[in-house]
Amino acid sequence: MSDLLPAELHAWFAQRGWVPRPFQLAVLSAAGTGRACLVLAPTGGGKTLAGFLPILAVAADHSLDGLVALYVSPLKALAADIARNLQTLISELRLPLSLATRTGDTSRRDRAAQRQALPNILLTTPESLSLLLSHDAASNQFAKLRHIIIDEVHALAGTKRGDQLALCLARLATLAPGAVRIGLSATAAHIPALRAFVAPDARPGSAELITETGGAPPQLSLMLPAGRLPWGGHMGLGAAPEILARITAARLTLVFVNTRAQAELMFQALWHLNEANLPIAIHHGSLEPALRQRVEAAMAEGRLRAVVATASLDLGLDWGDVDQVIQVGAPKGVSRLLQRVGRANHRLDQPSRAILVPANRFEVLECEAAIEGIAAGDLDGDPPRPGGLDVLAQHLLTLACAGPFDPDQVFSEIRTAAPYADLSRRDFDDVLDFVATGGYALAGYERYRKLFLDSKGRVFVRDAGIIRQHRMNIGTIVEAPLLRVRLGRGRGGGLILGEIEEYFANMLRPGDTFLFAGRLLRFRALRENWVEAEDGGTGDPKIPAYAGGRLPLSTYLATRVRALLHDPAAWSALPEPVRDWLSQQSSRSVLPGPDNLLIELFPRGDRHYLVAYPFEGRNAHQTLGMLLTRRMERLGQKPLGFVATDYVLGIWSAEPADDFATLFDQDMLGDDLEAWMADSSLLRRTFRQVAVIAGLVQRDLPGQRRNARQVSINTDLIYDVLRRYQPDHVLLRATRADAAAGLTDLGRLAAMLARVQGRLTVVRLDRISPLAVPVLLEIGRERVRTAASEDALLAEAEALAAEARAQ
Amino acid sequence: MTRAAPWHLGGHRLLLDRAGALVWPERRLLAVADLHLEKGSAAALRGQLVPPLDTAATLARLHALVRNYRPATLVLLGDSFHDAGGHSRLRASDAALLARITSGLTLRWVLGNHDPAPQPDLPGSFHAEHIEHGLSFRHIPGPATAQTPEISGHLHPKAQIALRGTQVTRPCFVIDSCRVLMPAFGTYTGGLDLLAPPVAALFPRGGRALLLGEQSIYSFPFAGRRPRQPDLTGRAPAA
Repeated sequence: MSDLLPAELHAWFAQRGWVPRPFQLAVLSAAGTGRACLVLAPTGGGKTLAGFLPILAVAADHSLDGLVALYVSPLKALAADIARNLQTLISELRLPLSLATRTGDTSRRDRAAQRQALPNILLTTPESLSLLLSHDAASNQFAKLRHIIIDEVHALAGTKRGDQLALCLARLATLAPGAVRIGLSATAAHIPALRAFVAPDARPGSAELITETGGAPPQLSLMLPAGRLPWGGHMGLGAAPEILARITAARLTLVFVNTRAQAELMFQALWHLNEANLPIAIHHGSLEPALRQRVEAAMAEGRLRAVVATASLDLGLDWGDVDQVIQVGAPKGVSRLLQRVGRANHRLDQPSRAILVPANRFEVLECEAAIEGIAAGDLDGDPPRPGGLDVLAQHLLTLACAGPFDPDQVFSEIRTAAPYADLSRRDFDDVLDFVATGGYALAGYERYRKLFLDSKGRVFVRDAGIIRQHRMNIGTIVEAPLLRVRLGRGRGGGLILGEIEEYFANMLRPGDTFLFAGRLLRFRALRENWVEAEDGGTGDPKIPAYAGGRLPLSTYLATRVRALLHDPAAWSALPEPVRDWLSQQSSRSVLPGPDNLLIELFPRGDRHYLVAYPFEGRNAHQTLGMLLTRRMERLGQKPLGFVATDYVLGIWSAEPADDFATLFDQDMLGDDLEAWMADSSLLRRTFRQVAVIAGLVQRDLPGQRRNARQVSINTDLIYDVLRRYQPDHVLLRATRADAAAGLTDLGRLAAMLARVQGRLTVVRLDRISPLAVPVLLEIGRERVRTAASEDALLAEAEALAAEARAQ
Repeated sequence: MTRAAPWHLGGHRLLLDRAGALVWPERRLLAVADLHLEKGSAAALRGQLVPPLDTAATLARLHALVRNYRPATLVLLGDSFHDAGGHSRLRASDAALLARITSGLTLRWVLGNHDPAPQPDLPGSFHAEHIEHGLSFRHIPGPATAQTPEISGHLHPKAQIALRGTQVTRPCFVIDSCRVLMPAFGTYTGGLDLLAPPVAALFPRGGRALLLGEQSIYSFPFAGRRPRQPDLTGRAPAA
């Protein structure tokens, strides 16, 4: 089979004493016969090289002209890094191939040069690819394409960016029917869905599966802070001394945490103890790209001993010889943990070493369950969901910007994209009508239409203004409004540190201290779109939070945690304080079982507490809390508030809860859910994203001052109008679909309620149980929610304000 | 429940309705500010096809108020249309509704910065400022030192109340003894926080914010310009 490899490449491998791996040759063979393939291999296995081998092999034997290979990655930094490595390889092979990157970071000049001629190999992201496809030159530019390499398929499939990429791939299949797709992925759950994503016809069987097994199994261990094991909290700062000791003992450590806020705090905690002045850096998604790149370069050059990082370093190439990974806080899912662990030691024959540092007792259980899950070779992750109609709306306008299209032809094309394989003609027509006219059943609005039909029934765009505006709007990442932070003041200003949410910035008063980019900053002023700050804040800092920062516990891990809890024989792996805690629970109350739902009731102070143990993740618990408190309200039990963690839901009320069969009946997912969802801020937030992606309103670009001519309308107001006058509008349908899948986790909640019907274990206690202590500690730390209407809150606030004045 | 809160200005008793309207019972006068009619179609002209239902929704709410209070005079405090061409984009059904609402009453349009020119094809009279019994009705608020008690719009005030980890943001009246700053009445109108300098500067000695609720109007005092944020959190101030 190795005769697939041209002599030059053979020689190159031989020079290094390497032998092409069988899976790399399998990719070459699949591509050679024009078949798509999906490569599943661990990091460090030569996966990326496998993706580029086919085009290198072709280039060795033929002279090539124009764009022949396209590489798409979810990360701009990854595209840039691959470009550097590939350039070296091409030079060593002396191949006449040109290459370039095209991402959001590409300069105006380079973009202009690419408009004249694209390189032979282009490395890009889904957003930049979509932008390229919006130009009428696209049909010529992409016509000679032979190979399309899709990196990190597992991180894209099932997301809106993945939806967008799938649609772009479908378009490329029309422009360059001969182009072969090569998908690269980490091992993941739902492999058929990943194969379908890569396949040209959305059928899993049409993408050959090429698996590189092997690699030494990772070595995972638990590390607890010295002293008492905390009951609550998620930050894990108590373990900072132990973490620093591990950093000191290793060459380069990656300290992974779960949120950006946690990264800032852990970084501070480590520096506070870092008397030896070890070079330790921080890396997260809100930092200015220049700062992140500096950290990445320092890692690659071996100038750092540790980096505290969030998911921003989950993906990508080797940033250096990481020899140890420390995960602080619960891993939340096995696949994610495996990905992080794989950042250490990119060599297949040596095991990756990782240390898990749980922040509290429940997290000990979760970490142990994750270690067992990895040992069992299991993976978890969300199953695929249908593609978003908002992304489709954006894509249809992108296509129209490139030139007139025939709706029937485009409908067939779109159904070859896996996320849209089951798209109905009705949804397609509704989305197209939305793009053209807004989709309002209203006469007299025709004159504003953006798309027209020509005499042949083809769709075309009204004018160049619409095209210009649309290109500014391409992309599916919608962030909350952000403001950039810089040191110093004035127009020139000093170092730019990154971005914080406007919401957070508005809470700051001059002189306030906040923690960002690893610095204690003093807030000076908000000026235009800038947050001006200076070093040297004092006192208790505020910490910027970002929406959607926390992932919920995976269903798979939840099942394992429940099984672990229920089986005392399995507790031997747990540290002693946790074993004690569980034994006390089983003597004072009962342990939650694998299939039932434990509900504990106890009085405390003048309140009655209900604590339920579903282990279905925060999002599902929050939804459950909202729905249960509504019901309790109706039953006269006077709920006062609730708090949800990944494991447990706690509700307190003025009257004791009762009638649990009614309270937990599955029918809560009917009218109650409708009523709550329609009013909830969650749906408004989701609608905002849908409206921006679908192009209903214009995106706020960071740092861009609002054009005076631009009309800006708050999406909450639009949502209210639409809900009242056209509740079946296609964007509301898209919003409801998103909310059901994401923040409310309705699927999980429904499955849990179905599982526990007739299996409620209700335990009445005279005081709090050991297992309930952590959730009660969350009160005051977490946002406490109630189902109270905004009016009820206003009335209460008004009464409080009046009372305060009367004193 | 308080549908409307009473307030005295220049010796006259006014009612501030939770729908965002000011009522002067003695004069049988109803005033609303910043309707921004046809803002939706203004956005549509620029390629943002938002639901074009804002004018109908705004007029329906105005209609309900007029039926309830049966005023003799209706004062629209400026920016009644979002742009100069707005009135020409009115759909026939909305124009008919506007005519029905205003038939049989004295309609006074105060000119705003978005609609600075009188429109002869609309019913009613046009004024840069309307003064009645010592009260000035104008679009842009006068300086904090102005002598005549005034009722104005333009700034679209809103306020934020934080309680139990939740924030509620609502349009509001901002009032003191010499002015009533009206909330915007339009369906698509945004707002400006009452702590932002343009609003705060009008109330150097503080005042009250009346937040528009679904069932009631909610009153909160706020302090004048001091270094710290006025306490709108509903919490008792720290001792």
